[in-house]
Amino acid sequence: MSKIKAENVNVYYGSKQALFDVSIDIAEKEVTALIGPSGCGKSTFLRCLNRMNDVIEICRVEGSIKMDNLELNSRKLDVVRLRENVGMVFQKPNPFPKTIYENVAYGPTIHGIAQSKEEMDQIVETSLKKAALWNEVKDRLDEIGTGLSGGQQQRLCIARAISVSPEVILMDEPCSALDPIATAQIEELIDDLKKEVTIVIVTHSMSQAARVSQKTGFFHLGKLIEFGPTDKIFKNPDNQQTQDYITGRFG
Amino acid sequence: MFQIFSKGYSAFQKTWIVTEVHYDKELLLIDAESPSKDDLENADYYDVAYKAMTSLDPGLPEEEDRQLIQMVSYKYETEVKDLLLKNPDFLGKIVPIKLTASDDVDQVHKGNYPRDIPEKNRRVNDYQLQIYDMLNERGDILSEFNISFFTSPDSREAELAGIASSFMGTVFSILVCLAFSFPIAVLAAIYLEEFAPKNKFTDFIEVNINNLAAVPSIVFGLLGLGVLLAVFNLPRSTPLVGGITLSLMTLPTIIIAARASLKAVPPSIREAALAMGASNMQTTMHHTVPLSMPGTLSGTIIGLAQALGETAPLILIGMVAFVNTIPGTPVDPAASLPVQIYIWSESAERGFVEKVSACIMVLLAFLILMNLAAQIVRHKFEKKWS
Repeated sequence: MSKIKAENVNVYYGSKQALFDVSIDIAEKEVTALIGPSGCGKSTFLRCLNRMNDVIEICRVEGSIKMDNLELNSRKLDVVRLRENVGMVFQKPNPFPKTIYENVAYGPTIHGIAQSKEEMDQIVETSLKKAALWNEVKDRLDEIGTGLSGGQQQRLCIARAISVSPEVILMDEPCSALDPIATAQIEELIDDLKKEVTIVIVTHSMSQAARVSQKTGFFHLGKLIEFGPTDKIFKNPDNQQTQDYITGRFG
Repeated sequence: MFQIFSKGYSAFQKTWIVTEVHYDKELLLIDAESPSKDDLENADYYDVAYKAMTSLDPGLPEEEDRQLIQMVSYKYETEVKDLLLKNPDFLGKIVPIKLTASDDVDQVHKGNYPRDIPEKNRRVNDYQLQIYDMLNERGDILSEFNISFFTSPDSREAELAGIASSFMGTVFSILVCLAFSFPIAVLAAIYLEEFAPKNKFTDFIEVNINNLAAVPSIVFGLLGLGVLLAVFNLPRSTPLVGGITLSLMTLPTIIIAARASLKAVPPSIREAALAMGASNMQTTMHHTVPLSMPGTLSGTIIGLAQALGETAPLILIGMVAFVNTIPGTPVDPAASLPVQIYIWSESAERGFVEKVSACIMVLLAFLILMNLAAQIVRHKFEKKWS
């Protein structure tokens, strides 16, 4: 079932066009990977899905992006509500320079989700457990989040993102700053999370896309070249450019 | 620098002349058998005090008395009175008393006064030197830590002058300055950095703020004179007006420091908060501003330290007045430390030379403390982010 449906999305940075007529259907409770060479627009597209492009003043988005039939690319949209439903994990782990507990509790606090201290404790614990971090940090929740290792920080960011129980999580190259072991942990985590949430992941690593995703989209120069089941894209792509990219002939 | 310390340290010593005073009831013109506090308060101390000094050399003809009286400060009569008021049982007794030496004797005692220049060019004549030497031999010249330098207001007499009024004036000015400039500057910085759209108008404001930081301080003094005193009729010579004038000077400094430290907050923190669904206001107030506070605070302290040493604008708004009371509130007339240095450096008496140096030392100590505080704030509260 389709969760997010993008139609003819065009994005401009000032006069420069970054995305050309991108149309894509993102299925519910699946992992969709977006691959492509640097600067191809995959991150730009990802940031359209929770309106993070609003931060960039010169950025302009055209076209229609619908999530459960709600138009995301609309002035009337409540961006705060949207971002509560669509979490995001960034390329570089960016926990707040606060305690581990405060990091996870921040979302529920500003959205008024927890009614009591016990409820908040529960949310923090569940989120950290889901992010496979609980066992490592349960005795030091009042330590500063930035003091963790890179992989732990990234899992903390994932815990922070799922603390408000979003329906969709966007991941922008979540493993590019991590070592192989931490990467494996995150990938395992993604696999677990997809039972409950829809995940869109941008990645540079084609092997990662092959491992974690069910659908893959290949971007090149701002266009969505090919989109389909991961198996098909990697084993038998329709498009010559896709074939060249995944076999490592360019990019 | 060396000269300031070598000249100034002696100002922290005060010279006393010890003599004997006879609290004679008759001379005090007290009639009552057991006099009350009021009686003592209203008694006539002139003769008692006078006798205390002239008793140092009983053989001196009466018309030469002035020479002895000049060796102590003109307030010696009050000192005689205060001792009795503190110890009412001294009445009728002969007791030793410490009198503040005049600044000339003070300087002789400290060795700052050359003895070999001709007598007519000296403020201390041969006879006074002779008395001084006699007292010194007897051990009746005392040198103690100069508490009154810190507790007394300014005075025309060097031996009595202290920095209390200018010190309090400086403290009040800085507090007023902080109260006015910090909130305005921080809010302005937050608005410009986080909320203001980038257009010609905000560029214009930015250029103006940067230029404001380079405006000569005396121009701000003129503004204070023209607007605060002339238009708003605020009380002149007060730390209130001084502080507001100084806050105009520190405003751009703080805005620039606050903006720099807001800019230094990594954008990834903002993105993280925004992606969690925080509004712009929440992102700014929960994350960006707290993270920028160490930098903002140390910038503020440095701005205040700058204002602390400022003289020119204060002279224009009348804080250069001779103030011999200690201000209790920001709306009482006061001087400030740098202005006090300026006032004293214009005085002719030798005693003020060391006072100027001592005052500079106090001001420098104040400045060093503030800069130290800025460093500590920056290092202690600076948080590390990935």
